[in-house]
Amino acid sequence: MRSPDDAVVAEAAGLAPGGAAPAGGDLATRDAGNLALHDFLHNKRAMGGCGVVLLLVLFCFVGPLIYRTNQTAVNLGLANLPPGPGNPLGTDEYGIDILGRLMVGGQSSLELGFSVAIASTVIGALYGAISGMIGGIVDAFLMRIVDTLLAVPTFILLLIVTSMFTLNLTAIIVILTVLSWPYVCRLVRAQVLSLRTREFVQASTAMGSTRMRILVRHMLPNTFNIFIVTTTFAVADSIYALSALSFLGLGPPPPFADWGTMLTTGVNDLFDSYPWEVYPALIILVVTILAFRQIGDALNDIASSRSSIK
Amino acid sequence: MTWYLVRRIGQSIAVVIGVMILTFILVHLEPGSTAKAVLGLKATPARIALFDNTYGLNRPLPVQFWLYCDHVLHGNFGVSYTAGQPVSTLIAQRLPRDAVLLGTSTLLALIIGVPMGLYQALHHGTVRDDIVAGTWFTLYSAPDFMEALLLIAVFSVHFHILQPNFPGGITSVGGLFGDLNALVLPVVVLAINSVAGFSQYMRSSAIEELAQDYIRTARAKGVRRRLILTRHLLRNALLPIVTILGLALPDIVAGAVIAEAIFNFPGMGLLFWQSALSHDFPVMLGATLIIGIATVLGNLVADVAYGILDPRIRHAVA
Repeated sequence: MRSPDDAVVAEAAGLAPGGAAPAGGDLATRDAGNLALHDFLHNKRAMGGCGVVLLLVLFCFVGPLIYRTNQTAVNLGLANLPPGPGNPLGTDEYGIDILGRLMVGGQSSLELGFSVAIASTVIGALYGAISGMIGGIVDAFLMRIVDTLLAVPTFILLLIVTSMFTLNLTAIIVILTVLSWPYVCRLVRAQVLSLRTREFVQASTAMGSTRMRILVRHMLPNTFNIFIVTTTFAVADSIYALSALSFLGLGPPPPFADWGTMLTTGVNDLFDSYPWEVYPALIILVVTILAFRQIGDALNDIASSRSSIK
Repeated sequence: MTWYLVRRIGQSIAVVIGVMILTFILVHLEPGSTAKAVLGLKATPARIALFDNTYGLNRPLPVQFWLYCDHVLHGNFGVSYTAGQPVSTLIAQRLPRDAVLLGTSTLLALIIGVPMGLYQALHHGTVRDDIVAGTWFTLYSAPDFMEALLLIAVFSVHFHILQPNFPGGITSVGGLFGDLNALVLPVVVLAINSVAGFSQYMRSSAIEELAQDYIRTARAKGVRRRLILTRHLLRNALLPIVTILGLALPDIVAGAVIAEAIFNFPGMGLLFWQSALSHDFPVMLGATLIIGIATVLGNLVADVAYGILDPRIRHAVA
C-alpha cells in the first residue's frame, strides 16, 4: 500500500513522473523508485557496467569451481611458463597458474570492494541524515569529526594504520570503511538540510510524524540517488586502494592474493620479458574499476536529469 | 561576508585540532611498544626505558598529548626515530620540492583538462565527447603505479629518452630544475590522474552554463563565437573548478606518495612511505598534520575565493 505522503514526497523531490512517463500511463501508480529503475535499465552505460560486474563475479566465484588449479603449493619447476596448454595465461614466478590466481585474487578484491561500499554507505547515510536532522551545535560537532577525517587523505591514514599492524582482509575492510564513510555523510547531510525546509517534510512534521519516521520515510529515500552513486564509486576506490597498498609493500602478507599483489610481483618481471605476469592482472583491474565507475557515472546522470525535470 | 569568514576560520581551527587528536590517537593505537618496533626485539629493557624516556613515551597519554600540542605550536614536531633529525627540518626540506612537483603537475592537468572539458561540452552527446571521456576515464581508472611503470618501461627502458628516477643527494629546490629530464615522468603521471577530474567538472559546468539565457543573448546579438567562449562561458564555467582545486588536494597528495616512491622523488611522499616502512611515527605524525593543515587551508582559500569571484554567493551568505 502506498501511503498518501509518498506521492507528495515523490512530487516534491522532483522525482515524480515527468518526461519519461509513457503517454497515457497511470501516473499515480508509478512511483519514483520504479521510474529511476526504468531509467537505469534503459541506460546503456549502466547496463554495460552491470553486465561486466556480473561476469567478473561469475569469473571469480564460480570460475574456480570449473577451472581447478593449485593456488597454494609452490612449484618452481613450472615457474614463469608462457601461456600455453595447461596454463592458458602462463604461470608466475612460483609456478602458480595465472588464470586461476586471477580468480582467487579477484575474490578478495571484490569482497573488499562490496563490503566497504555497503558498510560505509550505511554508516555515512545514517550519520549524515541524523546529524542534518538534529542540526544546531550537535550537528556542528558531528560534522567537525567528519571534516577531520576528510582533511587527511584516506590513503595516508591507511598507510599509517597498515604500518602498525599486519593486516588481513577483514581488517582492511574495517579500516577502509572507517575512512570512506565521511564522503557519503557529507553529501547526504547536505541533501537532508535542503529537504528539511521542503513543504512535504514540514507537512509530515505537522501531522505528527516522529523524527524516526521522517528519517526512514522521507530523508533516506530522497537521498538514495546520492548515496547509490557514492556506493558504486566506493567499490572502485577501495579495490584501487588495496592494490596500491599491496604495491607499496604494505598489503597483507602471502599467501594472500589480490590483483594488486599480482601486479607487484609481476612488475619485477616486467623488464625481464614475462609480460603475461603483468598484463592480465592490470587489464582485469582496469576493467573492474572502469565498470564500477561507469555504473556510478550513469547513476549520477540519471539522478541529475531527474532533478532537472522539476 | 565577514561573519561567514569568521565562522569558516573557526571551523577550520576546530578541524586542525581534530587532525591533531586523530594523528595522536593513531600513533598510540600501535600494538606493542614503539621502542621495540624501532630498536628491534633484542633491545634490552634498559635501552627501551632510555628510549621511552627520551621521547616522553612513559608519560600518561593526556600529558603526552598536551606536550605534543605545546611542541607543535612551537614548531617542534619531534625527532625522527631513524634519521635522528628534527621532523620539522625533514619536512621543511621537502615541502618546497613538493610545491614544485604538485604545482607543475596540477598546472599541466588544468592546461589539458579545462580545454578538454570545454571541447566535450561543446560536442556533448556526440561520439567525440564519448571518445575523450572514455580515454580519460580509462587512464584515470588504471592504477597510477602501473601507469608510472609502463611509462618507465616505454620511455626509459625501451627508448632511453627519460630518466626513470631521481638521482639521490638533491638538497635544494634549484637542484630539481638542474635535472629537468627526471622531472618529466613524475609530473606526467601525477597530471594524468588529475586531468579526468578537472575535465569532467569543466564539462558538466560548461554544459550547465551553455544552457543559460546569457549565452543565448550573446549569440542573438551576434557576438563572435570565440568571444562567447572566452568572455562569457569560460569565466563562469571555471568557477566550480576553484572549489575542486581545494577539494582535490588530498587526492593529489595521496597520488604523490605513490609517484614519489616509484620515481625516488625526494619529497614528503617518499619521506612518508619510508617512514611507514620503518615505523618512524614522529615523521608520519608530522607529515600527516602538515597535509591536514594544507587541506584545511586549501578548502578555506577555495571557499573564500569562490565568494570573491561569485557575487551571488558573497551576497547569499552575507
